[in-house]
Parts: sequence; C-alpha cells; structure tokens
Amino acid sequence: MLSRLVLRAAPAALRALPPPPVAVGVLHATRQLHTTQQSLAPLPPLPEKGGEVRHGLIPEEFFQFLYPKTGVTGPYMLGTGLVLYLLSKEIYVVNHETVAAACILTVIIYAVKRFGPDVAAFADKLNEEKLAKALAVKNEAIESLQAAIEEEKKEQWRVEGRSYLFDAKRNNVAMLLEASYRERLMMVYNEVKKRLDYQVAMQALKRQKEQDHMIQWVEKNVVQSITPQQQKESIAKCILDLKALSKGAHATV
Amino acid sequence: LPATVLLKDMKLMDVKLGQLPSWLAMRDFTPGGIVGAIRRGYDRYYNKYINVRKGGIGGISMVLAGYVVISYIWSYSHIKHDRRRKYH
Repeated sequence: MLSRLVLRAAPAALRALPPPPVAVGVLHATRQLHTTQQSLAPLPPLPEKGGEVRHGLIPEEFFQFLYPKTGVTGPYMLGTGLVLYLLSKEIYVVNHETVAAACILTVIIYAVKRFGPDVAAFADKLNEEKLAKALAVKNEAIESLQAAIEEEKKEQWRVEGRSYLFDAKRNNVAMLLEASYRERLMMVYNEVKKRLDYQVAMQALKRQKEQDHMIQWVEKNVVQSITPQQQKESIAKCILDLKALSKGAHATV
Repeated sequence: LPATVLLKDMKLMDVKLGQLPSWLAMRDFTPGGIVGAIRRGYDRYYNKYINVRKGGIGGISMVLAGYVVISYIWSYSHIKHDRRRKYH
C-alpha cells in the first residue's frame, strides 16, 4: 500500500519538483536570476558537479560531520542501530508493502546502475549541442564584426587617396578649359584670316579689272587710230622687210 | 577575531544548546517570514544538488526518499494494525 501511495504520488511530486536532472544539467530555463542588489553580469558559470551524496541517499556532509568522533564506520553503525531499533520496536512494520518495496527498489537500483551512464552521456551530448550552437552564434557575430572592422579600415585607407582623385579631376578640368580656349583661338584666327583674304582678293580683283580695262581701252584706241592709210604703208613695209630677210636667208643657206 | 554577531543573526549550527529556545523565539514566524525561509531552503537545495552541469541521482533520490518517509509517518496510524506483536 505504501508503495502504491508512493507510485501514485510520484508523478504529482515529480511535476511539482523541478524537472529531474538525472545527469542532466539543462535547467537554465528554471534557474532563478539574482534578486539581490548586487547582480553580477555575466553570471557565474554553473558548478561542474553537485554536492556529494553517498549511496544516492545520504549527503557526504553527514559522514564528514561524524568522522572526527567515530571514524569511518560511525555512520554505518548509527544506521544499523537505527534500523534494528525501528524493526524491534515495530516503528517500521514489516508487511506486504515491505516485499513490494524490496522488489521495486531492486529494479530501480538495477536500472540506475545499468542505464545511468548512458543517460548521462546522452544528456551531456544534448547540452554540448546547445552550447555549441550558442558558441557558433557568438563566433559568427564576432567574425562578422571583425570583417566589418577590416572593411572600415580599408575605407579609411581609401579616403587617403581622395587628394589624388581630386588632383586628377582638377587636371582634367584644366585640360578641358585649355582645349576649348585653344579651339576658340583657332576659330578666331580662321575667321580673321577669311576676312583678310577677302579683302586681299577684292583688291586683287579690282586691280586686275582695272588692268584689263585699261589694256582693252588702249588696244581699242590704238586700233581706232590705225587709219587705212597707215595700214597700207605698214603692210608694204613688212613685205619689203620680208624680202630682205629672205634674201639674207637664201644667202646663208 | 570573530565579530560578535547578534543572537538572531547566527546560524543554527553555531547556536549553543542553551541558547536554543531564545534563538527559536527570535525567528521570524510571520507568513512572509515562513515563506522566505522555505524559499531559502529550496534555493539552497536546488543550487547545491540540481542546478549543476553534471547532476547525479542523489538530487531527486533524496527528495523521493524524504517523501517516502513522510508518507510513511502520515499513514503510521493505519500501519500500526499490521504489527506482529502487541508488546515491544
């Protein structure tokens, strides 16, 4: 009956208790934050192992408490004496529940001894994975921040080259200005030359026209002044000259 | 040298046997005080045996053993009738 009570009450008790940690240390969700004034940040890490418990039932402090007076066997003698007292005075009554309790305890102890380490390893692995994920996040954040720092430094280095950039731009602009100035200069020169050429051509034309006109006029007057009388005379003279010349030519040949 | 602590601030293990009644009388028995005491005890047990990286079986087994003992005590008036001898 007692065992049935225990078994029936166990789930309720377990639910009321904090989640059982059978070698599981994953209780950060239920962990109480510091409520005192001095809250340390960052929180101190969890202790590695809990308080020592001997035979799974009695804290080690009890054995240490009795050690100076009674040595190593003290607590065990105390335990034996207590058990005998309880049995002989029938403060602990041996009935059917005792048998049931013995069977259940055997099974429980066997299960814990056999599967304890495996469960512990599994729980530790879960814990490791959680820690690894958190660490990965942290490392990633750190790496990205460092990359950002590198980028920033590069940008700062680039800023130093700003003066060169502006010098080049200034040179460009100066060259453009120079080029357009020279272009316009050329244009001015060409225009002026065109106008001057025009003036020169005009003068030349005018002189030529005057010259032609004068020659024509002179020719016309000369031709007019040649009377028919003069024409005959000149023709006779030419014929005489030609005869003389031909005589001379015949002589030489 | 140890500072002289007031009686009511001393821990239980440091109280001498003769001072025990006066020490008990000085404790805080208001509901708030009792709740505070329970909370402190719970915190001590929790932080020592359960809130660790590699807890062991001792953490819950002690609580379960205590529960078994208390439930036996509460049902002793029933179990009395299963005794084998009348006079001890």
